[in-house]
Amino acid sequence: MLKIDQPMHIKPQILANLEGEKSWRLKDYVARGGYAALRKILREKTPPEKIIAELKESALRGRGGAGFPTGLKWSFMPKQYAGEKYLVCNSDEGEPGTFKDRDILRYNPHMVIEGMAIAAYAMGTARGYNYIHGEVWDVYLRFEEALDEARAGGFLGQKILGSDFSFELFAHHGYGAYICGEETGLLESIEGKKGQPRYKPPFPASFGLYGKPTTINNTETFAAVPWIIMNGGAKYLEVGKPNNGGTKIFSVSGHVNRPGVYEIPMGTPFARLLEMCGGMRGGRKLKACIPGGSSMPVLPGDVMMQCDMDYDSIAKAGSMLGSGAVIIMDETTCMVKALQRLSYFYFEESCGQCTPCREGTGWLYRVVHRIEHGEGRPEDLDLLTSVSDNIAGRTICALGDAAALPVKSFVKHFRPEFEYHIENKKCLVPVDVQRAGSRIYVEHAAC
Amino acid sequence: MLSQDALKRIDREIAKYPPEHKQSAVMASLAIAQEETGWLSNDTMEFVASYLGMPAIAVFEVATFYNMYDLAPVGKYKITVCTNLPCALSGGYDAAEYVQHKLGIGFNETTPDGKYTLKEGECMGACGDAPVLLVNNTRMCSWMTPEQIDKLLAELK
Amino acid sequence: MLELEIDGKQVQVPEGSTVMDAANKIGTFIPHFCYHKKLSIAANCRMCLVEVEKAPKPLPACATPVANGMKVKTRSEQAVTAQKGVMEFLLINHPLDCPICDQGGECQLQDLSIGYGGSASRYQEEKRVVVNKNLGPLIATDMTRCIHCTRCVRFGQEIAGIMELGVANRGEHSEILAFVDRTVDSELSGNVIDLCPVGALTSKPFRFSARTWELSRRKSVSPHDGLGANLVVQVKLNEVKRVLPLENEDVNECWLSDKDRFSYEALNSEQRLRRPMLKQGGQWKEVDWQTALEYVANGFKAVAASHGAASIGALLSPHSTLEEMYLAQKLMRGLGSENVDFRLRQRDFSLDGKAGATPWLGMPVADFARLDRVLVVGSFLRKDHPLLAQRLRQSAKKGSQVSLIHATADDPLLPLHASMTVAPAAFAASLAQIIKSVAEQKALAFDNALYQQTQTLPVSAEARSIAASLISGARVGIFLGNLAQQHPAAGQLAALVQELARLLGARFGVLGEAANSVGGYVAGALPQGGGLNARSMLEQPRKAYLVLHAEPELDCANPLLAAQALSSAEMVVAMSAFQTRASDYADVILPVAPFTETSGSFINTEGRVQGFNAVVKPLDQTRPGWKVLRVLGNLLGLAGFDFESSEAVRVAALGGERASVADRLRSDVGAVAVILATTSSAVERVADVPIHFADPIVRRAPSLQRTRDACAPTARMNTATLGRLGLNGREKVRIRQGQGEAVLESVVDEAVADGCVRIAAAHETTSALGDMTGPITVERI
Ligand SMILES: Cc1cc2nc3c(=O)[nH]c(=O)nc-3n(C[C@H](O)[C@H](O)[C@H](O)COP(=O)(O)O)c2cc1C
Ligand code: SF4
Ligand code: FES
Repeated sequence: MLKIDQPMHIKPQILANLEGEKSWRLKDYVARGGYAALRKILREKTPPEKIIAELKESALRGRGGAGFPTGLKWSFMPKQYAGEKYLVCNSDEGEPGTFKDRDILRYNPHMVIEGMAIAAYAMGTARGYNYIHGEVWDVYLRFEEALDEARAGGFLGQKILGSDFSFELFAHHGYGAYICGEETGLLESIEGKKGQPRYKPPFPASFGLYGKPTTINNTETFAAVPWIIMNGGAKYLEVGKPNNGGTKIFSVSGHVNRPGVYEIPMGTPFARLLEMCGGMRGGRKLKACIPGGSSMPVLPGDVMMQCDMDYDSIAKAGSMLGSGAVIIMDETTCMVKALQRLSYFYFEESCGQCTPCREGTGWLYRVVHRIEHGEGRPEDLDLLTSVSDNIAGRTICALGDAAALPVKSFVKHFRPEFEYHIENKKCLVPVDVQRAGSRIYVEHAAC
Repeated sequence: MLSQDALKRIDREIAKYPPEHKQSAVMASLAIAQEETGWLSNDTMEFVASYLGMPAIAVFEVATFYNMYDLAPVGKYKITVCTNLPCALSGGYDAAEYVQHKLGIGFNETTPDGKYTLKEGECMGACGDAPVLLVNNTRMCSWMTPEQIDKLLAELK
Repeated sequence: MLELEIDGKQVQVPEGSTVMDAANKIGTFIPHFCYHKKLSIAANCRMCLVEVEKAPKPLPACATPVANGMKVKTRSEQAVTAQKGVMEFLLINHPLDCPICDQGGECQLQDLSIGYGGSASRYQEEKRVVVNKNLGPLIATDMTRCIHCTRCVRFGQEIAGIMELGVANRGEHSEILAFVDRTVDSELSGNVIDLCPVGALTSKPFRFSARTWELSRRKSVSPHDGLGANLVVQVKLNEVKRVLPLENEDVNECWLSDKDRFSYEALNSEQRLRRPMLKQGGQWKEVDWQTALEYVANGFKAVAASHGAASIGALLSPHSTLEEMYLAQKLMRGLGSENVDFRLRQRDFSLDGKAGATPWLGMPVADFARLDRVLVVGSFLRKDHPLLAQRLRQSAKKGSQVSLIHATADDPLLPLHASMTVAPAAFAASLAQIIKSVAEQKALAFDNALYQQTQTLPVSAEARSIAASLISGARVGIFLGNLAQQHPAAGQLAALVQELARLLGARFGVLGEAANSVGGYVAGALPQGGGLNARSMLEQPRKAYLVLHAEPELDCANPLLAAQALSSAEMVVAMSAFQTRASDYADVILPVAPFTETSGSFINTEGRVQGFNAVVKPLDQTRPGWKVLRVLGNLLGLAGFDFESSEAVRVAALGGERASVADRLRSDVGAVAVILATTSSAVERVADVPIHFADPIVRRAPSLQRTRDACAPTARMNTATLGRLGLNGREKVRIRQGQGEAVLESVVDEAVADGCVRIAAAHETTSALGDMTGPITVERI
């Protein structure tokens, strides 16, 4: 059992006061003030509109990647709907570089349950599912346990805490498909099908799970809700920046001394975050950073150093905050090799239903692979950009863009390195330098 | 086909969904079946199809769509190493190479004694712990230095 | 209505339309692959991307709902760039071997690539290769060509009602396949060949036999079931090479059953007759037509002279044309015999002579498709009426409730409201239960004699549920299927349905069994005033028979009876396109044209007269049936046989230029006394006519004969029945039915009503048995 290191967080809301081995348990959560928000709205019979208004005021934006305002999303759910409506939590967390939802669910699962119960109350849904990434099996098991605790404690199920409000929540696990993080692919997956995204419109709010109105949010989004209810939307907004309310949990990976999750207020300077991570590994220089998960454009190190960690600042710099996955690359990184690995990922994970993504991701990967293996041609860089353009914006879901943006940005920001590769049929960064970047490089002779 | 225990677990999964949507339990059912039988044979998939009242080809679609289902026999221990970029930056490739070297097999191969199968994985949502690997789809191992890998392999006998 | 602008043209479309719908409405072509008007929207090919004003990126026309005031550009730079980009992606992994592809010349990809494809490929990597699949005897695959439009998969799920194909794997590794080497067995499977826009799924029988541009295309009508699907028959060098659907929204939409599509193979088979033949001294001899026809005329005259004209009878296939049937009955009547009939599988003729009894669908097919409550009695729905079943499948999807009374619980591949699976002997009682329940629920009175009998009749939960469903409908239809029409008490079933419909204010009718089930009535090809019907002509054997297009030993209700009657006759004249068992019992065999080699017409089950012309010249000495009958009439010196053309025959058959068939279509059967049978404890036979045995043409179509629908008959029964008979469902059993017997394999089939044994008719192996329903004995060998 790991222990969350408190100094890793500034003004934590979700990862606050998580001390001790079993602090995820219901008893400890309640001791930390958990389920007070749910209790409060049930006791005060808070009108649902008021909760949604509070969320709108908080400027909470979806933590799943797109940053869509959560209050607004909730207001799309049809109020007077006769049949079943659904609430879904997206814990599929497959975006390379993202590992915050895993920690939220490991260390504070009840906060997600509480957030979902409040959301269900606000939108009048009686049934929900949490879709959990298949590879983090222990998290799935723990969440099931937490659900049992919550049911036993009267926080889930029929007539919650003696009120008229009922909400059933279940866990559904994935089994290895990145695309199920896309919300409609996820819904298809819950329906027992391949996780192939649906064309939108219609949006889940009118045609979601089993064809019924559905709201889907990221784990962290739900986890932010109890705090907002207890402290008010205005307070939440205050913690962050206008239009970028609250704290955000960043997953920092790559060439830093202390990779991990860091909950900090929106708008915290990137330099500060880097400092919290113990700085660059081996004191090397920051070469590049993908600030929002592998699907977002890469930024050169010096550009990154000027950024604040919030949606608007990162967007201004030419990338996106995405899921808050900060992938740090130092000067030992070969950008061609890095891109090759990312392109392989999108090629491997394309669901295959629409033409540009099915055919284009393989094409991109093969060209980058060729360059990396010394078979690049001068025209390849323009080809990469052109093929990326033919994918982006032409697909059913945003995986097409996710595959295209890294390619375009890598070529744009590190073009000379790619050209060097094509010309000299080898990396600009010498191989032994690359090895030095690895945390555990083992000399082959030794093993 | 499957044990009573497995069927009980499957029934518990089915109960999570509205009665007319039994198909929703297909992923869990396949996972449970795979856990019990080691891999998903055609017979197993057909059994799951009839148990859930869905076309066999629809089960096959699901079984071939998600990475963690094995449609061919695998070793007693299936080890999946993440080599995606965030992991690679912290030694994912090195860890993979080390395991390959230790086991004497490449990706998608099984040791001759049928004990280990090695797979290359995509992001497991644990990049902060890189290098990471997954044993039999359920056990996540973090910070896998060569020493850690030695220890793990010694344990997985 | 919403208004939008496409390429500067104003269009108005109803709420809920897509941009593609709107474009179709004004004839603006937007390139597409996955879109198909009868299938759900997949929006996966991305070929239909168009520019929409204010949208930041191109949108797929097939999936974009129209909004008022929208401005769409289908040929703008943004749109065309997007379309070309998609085309490039489609081609990078597509083989460039159009010259050897069977789809060549009718490939949507080939056509569109001319407009949207680049001249040279920028893709220099290796192309994907996908292994081929064996999908059975009808569909050939070349899966490397697949562009993953998923039309074939959606067709299975949505139209055929059964998911046999799927897309396995993901991303670039996606491939279309069936579950582990299964074949595609749907009776509608061939439609995926039309749907596949490329050469991935092609016709196995047609494969490599011609190029589309070598084929001439001619219209025709399917001769197989009561629907009369419209066909395009493709011909090369006077040979039928392929059959495709001719779209007709009111009849077959854009679909064909496999029987409609692939039966043409029989037309080119070795079993075709080529010349007239006479049996002389026990030997068959080819003769010229003159000799043959004179022999026939003289023979009939002689039989009439020595035994009376009433000793001659005519058995006509219900798949004969209207013209043939009209002339055949005229011929018989000219000879002085009333013995003519086309209802070969019918057993109960008690309704003959009743007012208006011309069984038909009772409504146009279009109305049938719009019913919101349906009850079908005694029908192997999917196999007997594949495309009508498909219509019900679509309406069930929109919420209509379909219920069945039948002897087997075969899955119709549509959601059923309720069903009663009972022995044929209990059909009447089941209907009576529903009538009783409807009357109770609506507090209505019904036929007194029936009422008395139902007083002690318990009403099952299913009957009550069916009654409630029918009562709640706005457009209700009740239909008798083939098994009900072939039932020994068919008249009573019709009367019960009539009574039920009266109580409900519903419409009722029959699902016509054969291509000309209605046409036979219109042609007058049935006995009147003392003539013998198809059954009594066999029970009281005649001295001479004229057999037209039928194989009585397979096509009659009681094949054994038919075989006996025919073998004992003095003279049998067989008019057929094929070699049949007539060579055993006939004296003259005349090669007459199948539907592709003659003009004629079929009247389908909704009363639609569908005329067609010959698409090829008759094979060798084969002649159109109507011409043969005309000459025979002339040779016999009968009046009114001087028709110049088949059109003239049709006009006569229909009763004049402007005569309407509609006036003659009346399902009502008048007052019929119903006596609800007491159920017996005997084991009862239930015979289906398997879809690919149902008529002489399809029986001889080699590819269809290799499908699962063509497996040899077995003795199928449920575990309880097997148990009572001391069987295990895996042994050989001897079936005895009257004087007939057959040895078959027993098979467990829980779908068969308790106490029944399902044994298919219309097949060699069961042709030594008797009637299609009735008591049998089963014993282990
Ligand atoms: C390819 C792809 C992968 C995605 N993966 C995730 C994911 O792993 N977790 C997640 O919460 N959202 C993911 N999303 C975003 C979701 O579609 C969706 O926007 C999000 O769950 C909404 O929640 P939010 O409003 O709380 O952010 C992904 C989107 C795409 C296009
Ligand atoms: S086989 Fe044909 S119809 Fe099916 S997905 Fe491929 S291209 Fe489409
Ligand atoms: S026709 Fe619109 S995406 Fe295929």
